[in-house]
Amino acid sequence: MNAHVQAPTPTTVKTTCPYCGVGCGVLATPDGQGGAGIAGDTAHPANFGRLCSKGSALGETLSLDNRLLHPSVDGVRASWESALGTVAGGLRRAAERHGPDSVAFYLSGQLLTEDYYVANKLAKGFLGTPHVDTNSRLCMSSAVAAHRRAFGSDTVPGCYEDLDEADVIVLVGSNTAWCHPILFRRMIDARAKRGTKLVVVDPRRTQTGEEADLFLGLAPGTDTALFSGLLVHLAATGALDYRFVLDHTTGLDGALERARGIAPSVAATAAATGLAEADVARFFDLFAKTKRVVTAFSQGVNQSAQGTDKGNAIINCHLATGRIGQPGAGPFSLTGQPNAMGGREVGGLANMLAAHMHFAPEEVDRVRRFWKAPRIITGEGMKAVALFEAIERGKIKALWVMGTNPIVSMPRANAIRESLKKLDLYVVSEAVSDSDTARATGGKTVLLPALAWGEKDGTVTNSERRVSRQRTFLTPPGEARADWAIVCDVARRLGHGDAFAFPNVAAVFREHAALSAFENNGSRDFDLGGVSEITDAAYAGTAPLQWPLPKRGKAKARMFADGQFYTFDKRARFVAVQPPALAQAVSAEFPFVLNTGRVRDHWHTMTRTGKSQRLSAHRAVPFVEIHPDDAAGLGVAEGDLARVSTAHGTTVLEVMITDGVRHGDLFAAFHWSDATASEARVGALARGMPDPVSGQPELKATPATLVAAPYRNRGFLLTRNEHTLPEGWWWARATIQGGSGLQFATQESSRTVSLMVRGLFQGLELAEYADHARGSYRCAAYADGRLVACLALGPAEARPAWEAAKAYFAADALEPASRRALLSGRAETASAGPTICACHGVGLDVITGVIAAGAGTVEAVGAACKAGTNCGSCIPELRKLLPEVLARDAA
Amino acid sequence: MMKERLVVIGNGMASLRFLERLTERAPGAYDVTVVGAEPKAAYNRVLLSSLLGGEVDEAGCAFRGLDWYEGHGIRLITGAPVTQIDRENGLVMVGEAHVLPFDKLVLAVGSLPIRLPKPGMDLPGVLTFRDLADVAAIRKAAVQHAKAIVIGGGLLGLEAAVGLARLGVDTTLLHVMDRLMERQLDHTAAGLVKRAMEVRGVKVLLKADTATVEGDGKVERLVLSDGTVLPADLVVMSVGVRPNVALAQAAGVEVGRGIKVDDRMQSSDTRIFALGECAEHRGMVYGLVEPAYEQAETLSRHLVGEEAAYTGTSLSTSLKVSGLPVFSAGLIEAPEGAETVLMSDPGLGLYRKLIIGEGKLLGAVFVGDIAEQGWCKTLIRTGEPMAAHRDDLMFGRVAADPQSLAA
Repeated sequence: MNAHVQAPTPTTVKTTCPYCGVGCGVLATPDGQGGAGIAGDTAHPANFGRLCSKGSALGETLSLDNRLLHPSVDGVRASWESALGTVAGGLRRAAERHGPDSVAFYLSGQLLTEDYYVANKLAKGFLGTPHVDTNSRLCMSSAVAAHRRAFGSDTVPGCYEDLDEADVIVLVGSNTAWCHPILFRRMIDARAKRGTKLVVVDPRRTQTGEEADLFLGLAPGTDTALFSGLLVHLAATGALDYRFVLDHTTGLDGALERARGIAPSVAATAAATGLAEADVARFFDLFAKTKRVVTAFSQGVNQSAQGTDKGNAIINCHLATGRIGQPGAGPFSLTGQPNAMGGREVGGLANMLAAHMHFAPEEVDRVRRFWKAPRIITGEGMKAVALFEAIERGKIKALWVMGTNPIVSMPRANAIRESLKKLDLYVVSEAVSDSDTARATGGKTVLLPALAWGEKDGTVTNSERRVSRQRTFLTPPGEARADWAIVCDVARRLGHGDAFAFPNVAAVFREHAALSAFENNGSRDFDLGGVSEITDAAYAGTAPLQWPLPKRGKAKARMFADGQFYTFDKRARFVAVQPPALAQAVSAEFPFVLNTGRVRDHWHTMTRTGKSQRLSAHRAVPFVEIHPDDAAGLGVAEGDLARVSTAHGTTVLEVMITDGVRHGDLFAAFHWSDATASEARVGALARGMPDPVSGQPELKATPATLVAAPYRNRGFLLTRNEHTLPEGWWWARATIQGGSGLQFATQESSRTVSLMVRGLFQGLELAEYADHARGSYRCAAYADGRLVACLALGPAEARPAWEAAKAYFAADALEPASRRALLSGRAETASAGPTICACHGVGLDVITGVIAAGAGTVEAVGAACKAGTNCGSCIPELRKLLPEVLARDAA
Repeated sequence: MMKERLVVIGNGMASLRFLERLTERAPGAYDVTVVGAEPKAAYNRVLLSSLLGGEVDEAGCAFRGLDWYEGHGIRLITGAPVTQIDRENGLVMVGEAHVLPFDKLVLAVGSLPIRLPKPGMDLPGVLTFRDLADVAAIRKAAVQHAKAIVIGGGLLGLEAAVGLARLGVDTTLLHVMDRLMERQLDHTAAGLVKRAMEVRGVKVLLKADTATVEGDGKVERLVLSDGTVLPADLVVMSVGVRPNVALAQAAGVEVGRGIKVDDRMQSSDTRIFALGECAEHRGMVYGLVEPAYEQAETLSRHLVGEEAAYTGTSLSTSLKVSGLPVFSAGLIEAPEGAETVLMSDPGLGLYRKLIIGEGKLLGAVFVGDIAEQGWCKTLIRTGEPMAAHRDDLMFGRVAADPQSLAA
């Protein structure tokens, strides 16, 4: 394994987890060998010392295997000088020939705020292109849009303490138990402490749903009907807070009228959502009668062609009851990424300018003046889906991707990969070398090695507006550099040196904070004025801070408690939402609704979690969940392989039968890429119809078909280093302890595979088991007695399980019994010990056993176990054994 | 009434087992005389290679002391070759003068080592490996720095070679076939045995066809048919045995390859029986101890008046080639249409092969661990369906109680 060189700081460093938007504090203690011990930070207000499975395993993801360590141009290693020259030249050429808006940036919620800030500044103020979007578009841009429609600003009103203090928590489209586990723990604690009821709204009965007091397994895309029905019910039962509505909102009548059109009654709500009337009634009643309600939502709401309306349907209910900005009450968007919030703060999305400012003329002018920008943009750019479509149309000539893997995560990713070839310049700033995005190519392709977690330094913001530091505790490997520094270098080469002359990352943060406070005076929610002059030392040591944090005044944990919003009239808006309808209907050709999401132990496209054997054990292969009735109808069984296709792509996934998905629905996780599986890019299946307001693509409801994909044989291959399998084989890779594991399926016979294996393991000592008549083959390859590879193959209907083999692979040296068991594919058999009596095949252990049991003479031993009763050649050994065993037993 | 007089010619392992079983079943039923050509009472011939290698001494090879014979009323005459059988008068001639009358006669005279019909085989230093005297002769010739050649890659040849190597003698084993023990082992198993031999210090030459042994008054070299010259101070011949039928033949008892017997071990003369390596039963002559013991069992029962029949021993070999367990039964290569199941872990010296036809076990070859050999023999003999047992036969029963493995 490649590892970092000696870490610079031997002491424990406080940093922040790089995974979800909970933003847990992490204590990292470098081990001096390039790794680090990981613990939760008990002082961090997001997690108080707790970490989830992914966070706990961060120490297992620090190896330098598959890291991008040097710049390259068109696949050839290059100096930074030359690579940056190519980037700057390519950007300048595109801007000169095709206009500045032929340049696009695709950023990431994995970037630190400071990285985000300089990239956004360069594009929108200096290159003059509005086309800056981010993978946050796929994550929570509908929540952003809903916030802005309702509040006039992208403001998360509440804080995590509200989860501790709520009496009802409604989770909508959120598998919190798996995707925000530490927040879920807080909810479970609240239930234990104060009896908080959990209501889970999700078409899929996830682990979160299993834990719910009330689970509402509604039909895909009908959330709006449920919350419209709720609004109607609240109005009908006098549960509205008229004082709040009257004083601080506008638009209730229109919203209510539309809601009545969608779901006028409990019965109508039940009909529209496919839920039981009693369940709907129970939910409405619970919501109406409980003051402290938090409605937390995430991708199930956001990743929808009607995501913004879904968010507003939820917010409507909270505005109507005045349950916002109050302890234990409010709508709560749970963000998916570690710094989606930071990206929103700097304005790193195509429909924002900077620092929660948009495109009102005075906002554009303010930002221009602050930046002294020569080419400030004046309007929105293209959002992710449109942006990649513009590449296909040849409108975008230069694309710079930073810290994200759109070739896996974007809808219609196959088409996108093709379209990249039309780019004159394709730049990827990346930490890993083998992501699908890093392996894609444009007209000219530049790979820039970026720092990864543990190496980079800066800030991230979590779901409750809390800014925490990510700090360095590992030495930067190879030639990798900070993203902000790379961008500044390119800016200098483009002649903007003065505006990008940041001496360090703290200076970037100060400018970012200063812009947030610039001519603000309480007119904008996002204000970090209190830290706009923070010293380098204070920045280095700062504890987590929550915004707004104005220059004068205190930070606020909750917003809108005073009923003052960021609209021109300070009133919140009810939104009249559209009736729910899926963007695409199922058809005879594509009869299923394909939902996508995550698993517990993996993160995004697995470039980090995929390195951990612990995290790779929970779900080791890409899978599709299907209802038992649908599976029976299609003749597929648990563990079979099935081809799941849409109009946009095709995958082969392992079938998991569960009544947790609805009849007619499918669910697949999007984590697998071409680096980790042969045919499992689930993102490529989605059409991704964008929400008309937020531009966020629909990833939860694509019409799909599923057919059995029978293979002759199934098996696994464990190797110390990663191995590739022939074309035409189905495979999925997972990190295992001590190496790399592949589960595979093939049409080849066991005999062919056994011949292939011999070629593969030439020069190694090969132990084999072959029963070709039954299509069964297993082998183990040893080098100097150490197990270095292991393969098992069997007919698809009797596919070998790999758990035992994985355990043997983790060991350094194998006992003979273990070597045999490994070949047998079964548990170890009780050994009889080395054979003493050859004639009757009696082992040493058996003989000592019968002696110990009382056989005191050679004849008695023979009578008890037959040893020595035929040729007698073992009798001398028996004679020697007798006194030894008897003496041992006597002792 | 006078007891019937039972004379046993030969005092090897078959003879002793017969005497043990006879005296257990009917002590004193016969007036028994045993005549052995060797100077010692029956000893464990299987241990000769251990004796050669110095792992056991002569006492360690002994079975029964003279007191045992005496205590069971058995008259034991050793070092006395029988020269003639007079069937007409019911007499056995021992040497020139001694005459033993018999009512029943058991021939357990074993077999004789074959010497290759090649030039030089009568030179001093060309030895066989069959009895205590051979071992003594070999040990005497195996002085320091001596070069020894063993001809014959069967079990006995392997054992002799290992015994010599253990004495520190530079030992080469020649075998005319392309693999060792070719009748019992397939190529892989034979390869493992070869490796085991080499680990024990024996050089093994396969496809080595001896042309002549040469030397001036004693062995000096051995020449192969391809012209290769191998220096040698000692040549041990272990190319097989032939049943010792001379006495029986001279007496007019019917012989084929061996002395022909029926299922009660009775020869063409109703008073005369044969067992062990000298006997030919249903066309088979066995060179192993297991069938000899089964025959001894049968004959002892027959002679005390019990119903008993020997129906043959299924062809199997279970043995330790100088400590390496090897088992072979039935077919060693799959015929057309049969299946083969293979397991091998050369690092552990493990090998198993099953040959299966129509769901029945047709053959098995095991090296390294032969625990399931008894079960294999049963399955081959009975022909019972074995599909469910494939994995257990290959990898052992998943049994918690080690004692059950011995059953």
